[in-house]
Amino acid sequence: MVGGDVLVQFSMVQKTYDGETLVVKNLDLDIHRGEFLTLLGPSGSGKTTTLMMLAGFEVPTYGDIKLNGKAINAVPPHKRNIGMVFQNYALFPHMTVEQNVAFPLEVRKVPKAEVGAKVAHALEMVRLAEFGKRRPAQLSGGQQQRVALARALVFDPELVLMDEPLGALDKQLREHMQMEIKDLHEKLGITVVYVTHDQSEALTMSDRVAVFHDGVIQQIAAPDVLYEQPKNAFVANFIGENNNLQGEVESIDGDRCTVRLEDGERISATRVNVYGVDMPTTLSIRPERLVVGGDAADGAANHLDATVVDTIYLGDHLRVVAEAAGKARLMVKMQAAANQPLPRAGDRIALSFRAEDCRAHAPLKTVSAQDD
Amino acid sequence: MSVPQAPSTLSQKFGAGLTWSSSVVVLFFLLAPILAIIPLSFSSGNFLTYPLPGFSLRWYEELLTSEKWLPALRNSMIVGISATILATILGTLAAMGLNRARFPFKPLVMALLLSPMIVPVVITAIGVYFFFAPLGLANSFAGLIIAHTVLGAPFVVITVSATLAHFDIGMARAAASLGAAPLTGFFRVVLPLIMPGVASGALFAFATSFDEVVVALMIAGPEQRTLPREMFSGIRESINPTITAVATVLILTSVVLLVCLEFLRRRNERLTKGA
Repeated sequence: MVGGDVLVQFSMVQKTYDGETLVVKNLDLDIHRGEFLTLLGPSGSGKTTTLMMLAGFEVPTYGDIKLNGKAINAVPPHKRNIGMVFQNYALFPHMTVEQNVAFPLEVRKVPKAEVGAKVAHALEMVRLAEFGKRRPAQLSGGQQQRVALARALVFDPELVLMDEPLGALDKQLREHMQMEIKDLHEKLGITVVYVTHDQSEALTMSDRVAVFHDGVIQQIAAPDVLYEQPKNAFVANFIGENNNLQGEVESIDGDRCTVRLEDGERISATRVNVYGVDMPTTLSIRPERLVVGGDAADGAANHLDATVVDTIYLGDHLRVVAEAAGKARLMVKMQAAANQPLPRAGDRIALSFRAEDCRAHAPLKTVSAQDD
Repeated sequence: MSVPQAPSTLSQKFGAGLTWSSSVVVLFFLLAPILAIIPLSFSSGNFLTYPLPGFSLRWYEELLTSEKWLPALRNSMIVGISATILATILGTLAAMGLNRARFPFKPLVMALLLSPMIVPVVITAIGVYFFFAPLGLANSFAGLIIAHTVLGAPFVVITVSATLAHFDIGMARAAASLGAAPLTGFFRVVLPLIMPGVASGALFAFATSFDEVVVALMIAGPEQRTLPREMFSGIRESINPTITAVATVLILTSVVLLVCLEFLRRRNERLTKGA
């Protein structure tokens, strides 16, 4: 899906509400036709503002937004033909489900007979065919969200925006709706721009994820790339779990570097965005990439002696909290093998990991200054 | 509404008793003067006295056949309905504008809009008279309607503002995102949702105009004598029990308006809560 022609293009878009701080800084973003793009980030990172500018409810302070090659900065929301699903559903309480779904067709002056058929089809698509005569308040949260979906899709928009649409649902229903939305996206071939602060939701649903922080896209990539090859310490820590070790770059050799930890231990790591010797760096290692009791034969470049602080048994896997390299706490995720004694608090263990799995980033607070 | 807990201790019982008895006393003082009028309107005698000499509907008959009261009722309706329509439209627009706009003098503008409620009516009436007379608006329906619009609009501004404070801006945005032009969105989505506020404001505006006597005394000419204006001169010139019949009709109108208001409120609650 990625690689289709460009449907939406943000170029040099900036937004400020107070004329002083930029909520969105120099945003360049291409959204491809047919893709499922998620804008992911903590609150205040600029992701919702970006969505609202695309919907037309906020005006960029600077820069252009193009839809199908035409600048839409001056086009009011009702003329953009973009479907939108809101966080609180925003169903019209004084109308029945059918009337809600018929609304976008009626304001477009679609003939009556056609309206009925399209509404019925849209409600069938979200499996609410029998609920047409009810009012939104008589439906459950999940059903209301499905009505909102039907209403945003019934007029066949090319582009559908979703602003944390599943935020109000409980976990089980949310996971179910994630699959439903993904199915609809694939079946209808529409382009979806989805805003969420939930990283597992972003990874589950998207073709690409744009990670926002401080009004800047830190990285935009497919979920697996984002997880395996984060471009900086923020992305590494925001997507999935990570262990962080602080150190200084001792030497650089191509895409590898040697890092001296605070207690003098040397680690061989993959160089991501550190550019000079003696620079401080944050090493990131995924908990599942730390191997307990590995020996030199497995090819791991790095070995650390650690002391177990705590062990958490989770059925299919174990989590071991260990202390290594001075005071650093490391989380280790290991398979729970049968007939194997659990590591206990106070046990000495050897941890090993490959240089490929240990990524040297510039420390977090200087990220936005150095990156891009 | 929360149900008060059954009193258990002696002091709680005493407190509950005090609440009840003081409530009864207050309600009695509020209602007794109004309720005393109603039986008098059915009196067969020529004076406003208790005990009633007998029961009769003669004052209602006089009300409905007189040359004086029927035109006054008609004038009151014309002025009341016109002023209500104008006040509702203007008040709703003002409330919406004030709700959306962000500018430094907003509280000042709000205070100015509400000032007719606070400034003594006599002052408004005199001001209106001196302002309207040179414009040829004194002794005219137009003048009276405009003056009553000014008096009624603040109620609409208040009730609509209160409704808008709880209104979800997402509704208007949803309408726009679905392709509704601003006016379509307003009439099909926003207005139906803020209708309870608009309607109760309209009822208050109507009640204000329907009861208003001071401005009517200043502005209304012989052609525009309204019901309260007629009652006022009726009391001054000759105390005639027809007045009690008129009063009873006015009380009934108010009760009907209040019931409408409550009905609207409940209907809205039902809509938004489902059930």
